[in-house]
Amino acid sequence: MNWKTFLALLARDAHVARRNFAPLVLQTFLQPMMFVFIFGRVMVSSGYMPAAYKSLLLPGIMAISMVFTGVWAVAMPLIAEFQFTREIEDRLLAPMEISWLAIEKVFFGTLQALVAGLVVIPAAWLLLRPGVELNLRSPLSFACVTLLVALFSACGGLALGCSISQTHIGLMFSMVLTPMIFFGCTYYPWSALAHFPILQKVVLVNPLVYASEGLRGTLVPQFPHLPVPAVLVALTLFDAAFLAAGLRQFRRKAVS
Amino acid sequence: MLAGIRTRDLRKIYTSPPPLASGGGFGFGSGRGKGKKQPKPQIVALDGISLDILPGEIFGLLGPNGAGKSTTLGILTTRVRPTGGQAWIGELDVWREQVAVKRLIGVVAQRPNLDFALTAREILLFHGAYFGVDSHQRAERADVLLDRFKLRDRGDQMVRGFSGGMMQRLSIARAMMHDPQVLFLDEPSAGLDPQTRLLLWEIIREYNHSGKTILLTTHNMEEADALCQRLAIIDHGRNIALGTPGELKASVPGGYLLRLRFGSHSPELLQRLQTLTGAREVRANPDSKNDNSIDVYADRGGPLVSEIANLASSANVELCDVHISEPSLENLFLHHTGRSLRD
Repeated sequence: MNWKTFLALLARDAHVARRNFAPLVLQTFLQPMMFVFIFGRVMVSSGYMPAAYKSLLLPGIMAISMVFTGVWAVAMPLIAEFQFTREIEDRLLAPMEISWLAIEKVFFGTLQALVAGLVVIPAAWLLLRPGVELNLRSPLSFACVTLLVALFSACGGLALGCSISQTHIGLMFSMVLTPMIFFGCTYYPWSALAHFPILQKVVLVNPLVYASEGLRGTLVPQFPHLPVPAVLVALTLFDAAFLAAGLRQFRRKAVS
Repeated sequence: MLAGIRTRDLRKIYTSPPPLASGGGFGFGSGRGKGKKQPKPQIVALDGISLDILPGEIFGLLGPNGAGKSTTLGILTTRVRPTGGQAWIGELDVWREQVAVKRLIGVVAQRPNLDFALTAREILLFHGAYFGVDSHQRAERADVLLDRFKLRDRGDQMVRGFSGGMMQRLSIARAMMHDPQVLFLDEPSAGLDPQTRLLLWEIIREYNHSGKTILLTTHNMEEADALCQRLAIIDHGRNIALGTPGELKASVPGGYLLRLRFGSHSPELLQRLQTLTGAREVRANPDSKNDNSIDVYADRGGPLVSEIANLASSANVELCDVHISEPSLENLFLHHTGRSLRD
């Protein structure tokens, strides 16, 4: 492993992210913050939603922000750079085994997703207060869940970014990310699906369910949630599966 | 360390469109899902290429589009997996020792692939950093290269707005940034204006004088002739001729080529043309749609035309068109393949 090259590639990504800081922030936070404001503030203060919804909503919004950020940060550049601009070719020729370039992308995407997730908490808290009740009983569990969610979003971005063509970006959002979010227990706990027993089972294939429920279980455990150990196992398995699939697709794209 | 390039019986068969050429990606419907019912199309890109390129040589791969030049470069630069055969840069097996090989090579792709998120100078600096060049040396080299490629005043601009020629110059500067022993250039002067092309040739020669090996592909005869010390002519994935430009040109019978088109076909005329003084080889043009076209390889060009016209009128056949080519690599390519390089 050539650390100098790895660090130089990270420095390049950090440099580009710094340059695009303002659009990146808007793209990451504008939508979740508007959602928080409408559902957590407007709907609650007008009496259409109970006050407790504020606290229930926060982990889901955090999961959405992290997944969007991670997928966007890894998948979008890969789609463009492999197909249209071929910008990635120079980095594929860097003196390092090519899979490490994919790992560097995942590493940087994970960092971005972590920042996105952790910034949502104070931002949403500011928008929603008073009335948000966070109960961080086990910081370690919270840290593990957050890290696994961030990693899942970046690995998912790698797998998606190396599997779909530029013409299918719209489909990626409408057929993959949007259903994932709506059936990902982001705006409601998994137990709320009890009236739809088949759907409740089917959504368990959606990794975002474990992300939302895990964050719910560690941030606002006063609400019903899936057991945290089960969430940790499921997220670890999803991370490993997406990373393996992503690396395989990456190698197939990089070498013809 | 001086490094040459060797290949032995390189073969490449694509079972899907080569990504380097297609520009498309993996769609939802493509790939293994359909694999069982439809046999995968097989495209033979290389059919046993063996080359020995000496350290410190400027070597050219000449051939028409689709001949296999870019695939050869792709294999030598670790981007294409060979179906068969082996390739070495210096003593390193390209496929087995990829990381070590990547340290020795600099690559200029056929299409500019610059990092659009960076300025010209940053592109050079980051490229140097990928190869572990220390920061002081990086800054120094970037300045020298920006100067040499006449890009200094644009160094701090994003490359998105650069012209094609500027992007190409920057691509070459980037490939030289880590001072590679072997430089690969895929059609380096395609789309460049004559002035920039001359600058580029000068820089390539200069780089070669410092002991570096250079392998370039081209379908430009003038470039091959002016720049390359030796050439391989490639067609349909095979090496069809090898030598210095002079040797190759001398291998064409006579050197001159007269492409004749007559009003009608006459076997008798074909025989009589062979008796012309100076005619070395006379044959029906295999590339022509009808058999009224005849190629005459001869040691003279213009002086033969009046004799040919006389022969035609005595055979009662109308001479419709005459095209004379002076000794060139184009003639060589035509002689070997029956096709023009631009086809």
